[in-house]
Amino acid sequence: MEKRVVFRSAWLPYLLVAPQIAITVVFFFWPAVQAIWYSFLLQDAFGLKTQFVGLQNFVTLFHDPHYLQSFKITAVFSVLVAGSGIVISLVLAAMADRVIRGALAYKTLLIWPYAVAPAIAGVLWAFMFAPSIGIVTYALKKMGVDWNWVVNGEQAMLLVVIAAVWNQISYNFLFFLAGLQSIPRSLIEAAAIDGAGPTRRFWSIVLPLLSPTTFFLLVINIVYAFFATFGVIDATTQGGPAGATQILVYKVFYDGVKAGDLGGSSAQSVVLMFIVITLTVIQFRFIERRVQY
Amino acid sequence: MVENRPVLNFFAHAVLILGAVVIAFPLYVAFVASTLPYEDIVAVPMPLIPGDQLLENYGQVLLHGSTKGSGAAVSRMLFNSMVMALVIPVGKIAISIISAFAIVYFRFPLRNFFFWMIFVTLMLPVEVRIIPTFQVIADLHMLNTYAGLTLPLIASATATFLFRQFFMTVPDELAEAARIDGAGPMRFFWDVVLPLSKTTMAALFVIQFIYGWNQYLWPLLITSEESMYTTVIGISRMIVGGDAATEWHLVMSTALLAMLPPALVVLVMQKWFVKGLVETEK
Repeated sequence: MEKRVVFRSAWLPYLLVAPQIAITVVFFFWPAVQAIWYSFLLQDAFGLKTQFVGLQNFVTLFHDPHYLQSFKITAVFSVLVAGSGIVISLVLAAMADRVIRGALAYKTLLIWPYAVAPAIAGVLWAFMFAPSIGIVTYALKKMGVDWNWVVNGEQAMLLVVIAAVWNQISYNFLFFLAGLQSIPRSLIEAAAIDGAGPTRRFWSIVLPLLSPTTFFLLVINIVYAFFATFGVIDATTQGGPAGATQILVYKVFYDGVKAGDLGGSSAQSVVLMFIVITLTVIQFRFIERRVQY
Repeated sequence: MVENRPVLNFFAHAVLILGAVVIAFPLYVAFVASTLPYEDIVAVPMPLIPGDQLLENYGQVLLHGSTKGSGAAVSRMLFNSMVMALVIPVGKIAISIISAFAIVYFRFPLRNFFFWMIFVTLMLPVEVRIIPTFQVIADLHMLNTYAGLTLPLIASATATFLFRQFFMTVPDELAEAARIDGAGPMRFFWDVVLPLSKTTMAALFVIQFIYGWNQYLWPLLITSEESMYTTVIGISRMIVGGDAATEWHLVMSTALLAMLPPALVVLVMQKWFVKGLVETEK
């Protein structure tokens, strides 16, 4: 896409892009290049000497059982967050698309969690599930469930998944609702005339037509689970207990900032960079395809 | 509605009400906790009816902060959050609209190169360049400053794309007419492009306000002085570990104060919010 009518100036366009390019170079490119450079360096225990070690950091990384474990945890976490988030929001959106009375009120009641910072979402749920004083913990105990996410890794994972999904439902909901409302009414009516009931129509017409939206949300939710949930984890489990909720981003932060392992943390950053690039490419490929529909 | 099915309608309402209640429950518990004295919260189970300590708790956090964790006053943190929530969207909109204008309305060498550079930033979130970015900020002496908190976050590929996309839909005749009338590019920008972009700007503002207010990792990295904490950081600093040791009544008061501004923006500007959300995601 190009404009037919353009202005001419030898210096003005450079001046206009200068602020954005300056910030991009200083805060994006320079640090990214450094991250790649650091990932080839090894620092001694006292941080006095650094030497170039080539791909050694990466080799060490992929032989580190903790790192591989963190990969697995991230995979489980993002599948749980994306899967349950999408299913719950789709159900809510399908119902909201049906009702006429009170539609706006429901919408308002369902979208506000988007405004809550992930760290705060984590704190709210951690409080309700607090092992000794939490209100939900109390209810669970009455039902005979022993709940203590501070020592139980699976329960810690469940807690961060719940908080992360709660925070992301509104986003998915709005996209599904927009998707549902763009399905032509005539298709639904034609199916109804042919005798298809609501369930049949949902599975055979609505769901296939929603597949672009669903795929888009799948990518977005995986990106969300990979990166934006840092706040949820840091404000609640801090990767614990015993690394049970230590997702990749948290490990980069922990190894680099708290443990001071420059080379190892940078190598992890570079791996993450590859993951982001892959996800972005998938997303854009898909969006190009969607345009042709 | 295709046909009338009372049972299904009832079911739909039931599901939605259940969803709304479950989603609102943590908020309600937080609100109740923020109105109770400390003793009531640690007494299991905590009451689910609001208490009478609302003014005391909020007054305490706004003026003095918590007593066991971070002792910084939350009013200061709210101010810091507000700085981030206002400077980031305004800065982002300002630099993105002019760079998009340059890329759409001019032909110049390196144009595609610049566009490509902006595009690539999409693939470099803060999370993947934590330590080097921290070092850049430290080298520039911007730790614990408002410039350090905001400047690195105002570059945005999505905002530039959004403006570029919008400019492509502006009829060429407008630029032609402006040129025939002897208007230069900047005159055209101020008198035609800017007024036309109002809707896009409003939508972006809402999304970026929430983005700026809710920042976590970035302020966590570059602020070490309590006077520069944002509200969200302040909350995590108030949790001192151990259920009963944390002053939950103060944590929850702060959490509600931290949720209020972005929630109000979402609810009051709902129309722009939905537009911004759906459009910024390409």
